[in-house]
Amino acid sequence: MSAATDTVGGVRSRPADAVAAWARRNSWTIGLLAFLILLLVFTKVIQPRYGVPGIQGLAISVLPLALAAVAQAIVVISGGIDLSIGSMMALTSVVAAALMEGQSGEFAVAVVVGVLLLGLVVGAVNGGLVVVTRVPDIVVTLAMSFVWAGCALLVLKTPGGRAADWLKDLIAGSLGSEWFPRAAIALVVIVAVIWIPLRRSRLGLSLYAIGSNQLAAFRSGVSVGRTKILAYAFTGLFSAIAGLSLAASTGIGTPVPGPYTLMSVAAVVLGGVSLAGGRGGVFGPIIAVVILQLIRTDMTFLNVNTNLATVAQGFILIGVVMGGSLIQMRRARA
Amino acid sequence: MTVPATDLLLEATGVSKTYGAVIALKSASLAVRPGEVHALMGANGAGKSTLVKILTGAVRPDAGTIAVRGRERTVHSPGEARRGGIVSVYQEPALIPDLDIRSNLRLTETPVEPFRHWLRALGLEDLDLSSLARRVPLATLRIIDLARALAIEPDVLMLDEITAALPANLTERVLEVVGRQRGGDRSVIFISHRMIEIAAVCDRATVLREGESVGVVDVTEGSEERIVELMLGEIVGDLPARMADLAAPAARATGAVPRLAARALASATKLHDASFALYPGEVLGVVALEGQGQDELFNILAGSERPSGGELLVDGSPVSFHHPADAIRAGLVYVAADRAEALLMQRSVRENIALPFTTRMRRWGLIDLGEERKKVDDAIATLQIDTRAKGEVRRLSGGNQQKVTIARWIAGGVKTMLCFDPTRGIDIRTKHQIYLLLRDLAEAGAAVLLYTSELKEVQLVCDRAIVIFGGRVVAEIDAADADEATLLRAAYNLKADARMPEDLAAESVAAEAAAEPAQPVSDR
Repeated sequence: MSAATDTVGGVRSRPADAVAAWARRNSWTIGLLAFLILLLVFTKVIQPRYGVPGIQGLAISVLPLALAAVAQAIVVISGGIDLSIGSMMALTSVVAAALMEGQSGEFAVAVVVGVLLLGLVVGAVNGGLVVVTRVPDIVVTLAMSFVWAGCALLVLKTPGGRAADWLKDLIAGSLGSEWFPRAAIALVVIVAVIWIPLRRSRLGLSLYAIGSNQLAAFRSGVSVGRTKILAYAFTGLFSAIAGLSLAASTGIGTPVPGPYTLMSVAAVVLGGVSLAGGRGGVFGPIIAVVILQLIRTDMTFLNVNTNLATVAQGFILIGVVMGGSLIQMRRARA
Repeated sequence: MTVPATDLLLEATGVSKTYGAVIALKSASLAVRPGEVHALMGANGAGKSTLVKILTGAVRPDAGTIAVRGRERTVHSPGEARRGGIVSVYQEPALIPDLDIRSNLRLTETPVEPFRHWLRALGLEDLDLSSLARRVPLATLRIIDLARALAIEPDVLMLDEITAALPANLTERVLEVVGRQRGGDRSVIFISHRMIEIAAVCDRATVLREGESVGVVDVTEGSEERIVELMLGEIVGDLPARMADLAAPAARATGAVPRLAARALASATKLHDASFALYPGEVLGVVALEGQGQDELFNILAGSERPSGGELLVDGSPVSFHHPADAIRAGLVYVAADRAEALLMQRSVRENIALPFTTRMRRWGLIDLGEERKKVDDAIATLQIDTRAKGEVRRLSGGNQQKVTIARWIAGGVKTMLCFDPTRGIDIRTKHQIYLLLRDLAEAGAAVLLYTSELKEVQLVCDRAIVIFGGRVVAEIDAADADEATLLRAAYNLKADARMPEDLAAESVAAEAAAEPAQPVSDR
């Protein structure tokens, strides 16, 4: 039935119109991309030696946060928020590192599968609690962030364990041309394999629907509770992938949550996902993560005090989001 | 009513539902035959919406049975009801604002070709399916909603106030399409406040009053009286008499100082030259088509917008308001059509009434609770507010909410009341109570400015009326001469002997409806 729907739509709109409509709908992401390119040019200008190693370093350092941003984007699109992403990442990374230590590569494959399932379950628990208890999502996930962080410390008291070599190799170095870091390719593949089919499915539609208008979604026949739980489960899944990437890039498991939760919220906002739900995608947040990271790098090149760089990052966030809404407001009036 | 049960398409018996202490439905029954358009009637708060929600599975009943084609059913969600052949078009559009129309169709598994067919039948030829629902005008959304429901070909289609937000020309198409559903083996349950529409398309009507089915009427010539009687219960008898002596305009002392005088008020592009005087002891009607500057005028008077020109005098001395609090201090209080603008929905009736009153009291220190309670109780009694759900205002019916917004000003003692379409979407009974109240206020010496989209209210409540067209006051008419035809002509700025171009009316309303849910003036 969905195939028939697409054909009918295709007949009506000419390709040029379709491109224009697509560009209009993704204007924020396109704008971010343009900003990122400018920023790369700027980086090259202030630091002429910035090249392959810089790009590779950028890709590896960005990977965990980019995945965390995707995780956050999914739940925010569905109208919720998850403050336990950092803790879920810590938990999954220590579980993976602890189980992989001293084991064969084949066993590590089983561990990866297990950890992904763990992520799904942990996320579903978050979602289930939100739906069943009707306690606000922000409270439930904040509370659960303590629970998952505590569990992580039960698994490993201090940073330790060991990630399988093949897992580390997966994101180190580059593939084909040296300009294509493996970490970036891994990110693209993961998102393409999970997010794009999800986005096109009825479940994906339902995610946007409950985030946009819960009552209208309910009346359209969407099972709101089930969709919400699945949204949190997918957030858990991507948190687990982010945790694995953390273990892969550091080689060990770290039981203390990093700054990922709040950074993922920042990236989601900068990436054009409405905190009110229903609007945006995952590509904007990914680009936003790269931009935030690159700004930090540039600050180092410019010899700006790192603390000051953090301050600047905050103001940039407010400035960009405010500027973006001003542009949108003006366009709506025109 | 002697149809054997198995011949009925849908039968609900003894359905009841309570929310906490509030009884939404006591014992509602509804029997729909195949191939009929069945009206569900009742004043606001009679339980129509609750019954619809129960039939579509959005709300679960406490008791009662629902049978479709003779077989008993329990539905748990709108999705399940739809698969069982019951589809509802609700009062607010049920499209997801952030999805395009095509995705919205996919969400409800609606086949596209039938959808297009029904769109054309409803008079919507060129709809771009890739436009976001939030960018589509409200009237169009209602049509899309209806076409989507029709495309599913449900056994029972429920239409809850489908025509309320539609301009006249679209209303006609909708009624035509609904009328054509008669005689098949599918049925339509039709909810509307407009008697003309009921008479035009419905075969029978079930009337609800206070959560109970009080009668089933065959819709024929003259059945309107019977329906109104059933809807109103015993109250209907004494109202016309009371209304009659209201029509006598209060004598105004010549040379009296107006409570409120506007001289050439202007606001940006919408309001150009609004001049009028409002005297104590009178109700002054304001009549205008949608978007003629009346919104800006009332915003200026209520202090929420600054005029770009002109002068405003209260009791003869010029004033300028920077904030609604300034207007309230000058004795100008505002009652909006949209209750949500005025009320703290999560707070109690008492707090809502006391709110403006206590902000004034605070200046002298502690709130005098005893005094406050007395004034609030007086206001509740005067307005006959149904306080069963007094804990949270949002659980009251629309009519009772509006009474609360009025009550808060009565409690404080009102000098000038600005009412902007206060009876919009309110049932007849509550409307009449509000009319009486406004008259009582005027008799007690207050001045009332009343914008109304229902022209017949002018003769019922007002002493005289001013007409605004294109941002200017173009006419002043005494209540005695203000019949609907005269007012409508004036509202279109036509000479009294000019012929009313009907199509112009429809067009103008259609244009307004795109911007706002307009009350079509032309079909009243």
